[in-house]
Amino acid sequence: MLKIENLTANVGEKAILKGISLSVNPGEVHAIMGPNGSGKSTLAQVIAGHPGYEVTGGTVTYDGQDLLEMDAEVRAQQGIFLAFQYPVEIPGVSNAYFLRAAYNEIRKARGEEEVDPMEFLDIMAKKLKVVEMDEAMLQRSVNAGFSGGEKKRNEILQMAVLEPKLAVLDETDSGLDIDALRIVAEGVNKLKRPDNATIVVTHYQRLLNYIVPDFVHVLAQGRIVRSGGKELALELEEKGYDWLLEPAGASA
Amino acid sequence: MSSQIESLVNKEYQYGFVTDIESDAIPPGLTEETVRQISTRKNEPQWLLDWRLKAFKRWQSMTEPRWPNVTYGVIDYQAQTYYSAPKSVKPLQSLDEVDPELLKTYEKLGISLNEQKRLSGVAVDAIFDSVSVGTTMKEELKKHGVIFCSFGEAVLEHPELVQKYLGSVVPYSDNFFAALNSAVFSDGSFVYIPKGVRCPLELSTYFRINAADTGQFERTLIVADEGASVSYLEGCTAPKRSTNQLHAAVVEIVALDNAQVKYSTVQNWYAGDKDGVGGIYNFVTKRGKAFTNSKISWTQVETGSAITWKYPSVILQGDNSTGEFYSVAVVNNKQQADTGTKMIHIGKNTKSTIISKGISAGHGQNSYRGQVKVLPKATGARNYTQCDSMLIGNQCGAHTFPYIEVGNNTATLEHEASTSKIGEDQIFYCKQRGLNAEHAISLIVAGFCKEVFKELPMEFALEAQQLLGISLEGSVG
Repeated sequence: MLKIENLTANVGEKAILKGISLSVNPGEVHAIMGPNGSGKSTLAQVIAGHPGYEVTGGTVTYDGQDLLEMDAEVRAQQGIFLAFQYPVEIPGVSNAYFLRAAYNEIRKARGEEEVDPMEFLDIMAKKLKVVEMDEAMLQRSVNAGFSGGEKKRNEILQMAVLEPKLAVLDETDSGLDIDALRIVAEGVNKLKRPDNATIVVTHYQRLLNYIVPDFVHVLAQGRIVRSGGKELALELEEKGYDWLLEPAGASA
Repeated sequence: MSSQIESLVNKEYQYGFVTDIESDAIPPGLTEETVRQISTRKNEPQWLLDWRLKAFKRWQSMTEPRWPNVTYGVIDYQAQTYYSAPKSVKPLQSLDEVDPELLKTYEKLGISLNEQKRLSGVAVDAIFDSVSVGTTMKEELKKHGVIFCSFGEAVLEHPELVQKYLGSVVPYSDNFFAALNSAVFSDGSFVYIPKGVRCPLELSTYFRINAADTGQFERTLIVADEGASVSYLEGCTAPKRSTNQLHAAVVEIVALDNAQVKYSTVQNWYAGDKDGVGGIYNFVTKRGKAFTNSKISWTQVETGSAITWKYPSVILQGDNSTGEFYSVAVVNNKQQADTGTKMIHIGKNTKSTIISKGISAGHGQNSYRGQVKVLPKATGARNYTQCDSMLIGNQCGAHTFPYIEVGNNTATLEHEASTSKIGEDQIFYCKQRGLNAEHAISLIVAGFCKEVFKELPMEFALEAQQLLGISLEGSVG
């Protein structure tokens, strides 16, 4: 589904990603872990097409197409979803309106009919249950005045509605208390299907108690320094990241 | 990102065409003789000529205000043409007699004067340069005793009403541009709603400047008698010309006891090109006087003009009267706007609300200037002011000049202000959800203006939506 080969990317003059290779197949859950500043969020943003990052080398293929050639909105329409670490506020625009606009853009891209507000409310009623959210949330402005937990839950609600093929969760666990973490994680698990894939970017292992990964990759200084199964996450929990940084430096 | 924003905000001005029509104009220049000639052409009674001449004398002794936060060159008042009318327009003509060329012009602007094709529920007075070319739905309105006609016609047909209320809210001596307007105003709309009548139609005036180097100086007078109510809409466009044209209008609203007047404007005068060449200088005095238990509400969407100087205001004369001001002002390229309102609380328990949304793009400079004044006898006065600015790009500016004078310590005043920027992050967030940049900006701007747009009458909400390239669906109300 997603094939990243030797990807390098800069912010301004500074190289952040220094050669990432990663393959993600349908039905898989990949966790990207690593210390602060290792490039985890940059990788998520580059996959989503944020204009603030310059890809300087390597290739990214998504469903057989060159992902790097696509505009951010085309990537979204093709089924890539990024759950933001810091969801953005859009005052005055209701959540329901925003979500329907997004939903219809994605339907249009698939050659499907747009849905009207009444039909959309029916769809929403089901999706709200996934993240245990109240209908009142739909009438509030997008993320404006939301608590940190509400924002993250709102991201998962959007994910539930847009049904992405590839979901990238960027530090979705940060700032969540244990209950919110459980709700968010259960939401993600409910959305899991054999034909979609998830990349979970996280600093801490605790999210992976709820969302069990098939693969764990450790990112440090812009490179994947180790890949393994879910047990690698537990090892990191126990030992921290330092023991991985040294060999990475040595082998560079 | 910035190029995407630019292409959206730099949409071509659609109304920049010129109508080729023969006109009867008084040669450029402004003397007492010009004033007399305008009055003669309009067959005016002596009292009105006298009033004009007093205004002209006063104007000669005044100096142009330069305190607004805008810069522009010297205006040569002697180089302007003060009266220009299509030759085919006759006084008191019926709509059937209107020159087809003029009808075509309004069709092109999306305003049908053909009563069969009219917007349902809206009566239109069409002002072309200095004169009204026709007013629709007059018969229907007459049944309810509502008078809606050109100002010139009102002077001839209803002189007692005009004489009683003309200058009662904006005296000819009020300010430089009001004095100029009082001396040379050529036409405009007149509305009278009798006691207890709720006007069955939306009334609207469509202003069109066509002739080159001609100023438009129209005057609108709206009187809502006791217990009456009316909603009035105003729209404006002009051809693209490389010289600046002057528009100095006066609007007076009288809301007698228990009356309600809602006045909405979508101002889309030609704004000049991207380098700031050409465009309308819009210097307008709009004011309403609200008597006991009455309400006056101004809603404006200002997107055009090179320079805007405009402060629709309410004198809250009577006890329990209400004044409202809802404004969206957009500046782009080299446009400059200094706009806001004045709420003068005189009566007891008077209430005012000010919601101002300024959007600045390109090199535009947008200033909000608002005064809230509570006089000593205005016990229990209340004001709420909210003043928000949005910046698109890095070259534009937003400024706020609030003036608050409180002479009664029972008054309650609230002022909130904010400045935000459409950022790359907001646009990226929308794009990541599948929306393109244009859709994203529309959405963000519509959200920002929501509180004002919901005040617009339906017909105008649509126009405002088209004007800003915004989809309002679902984000209003």
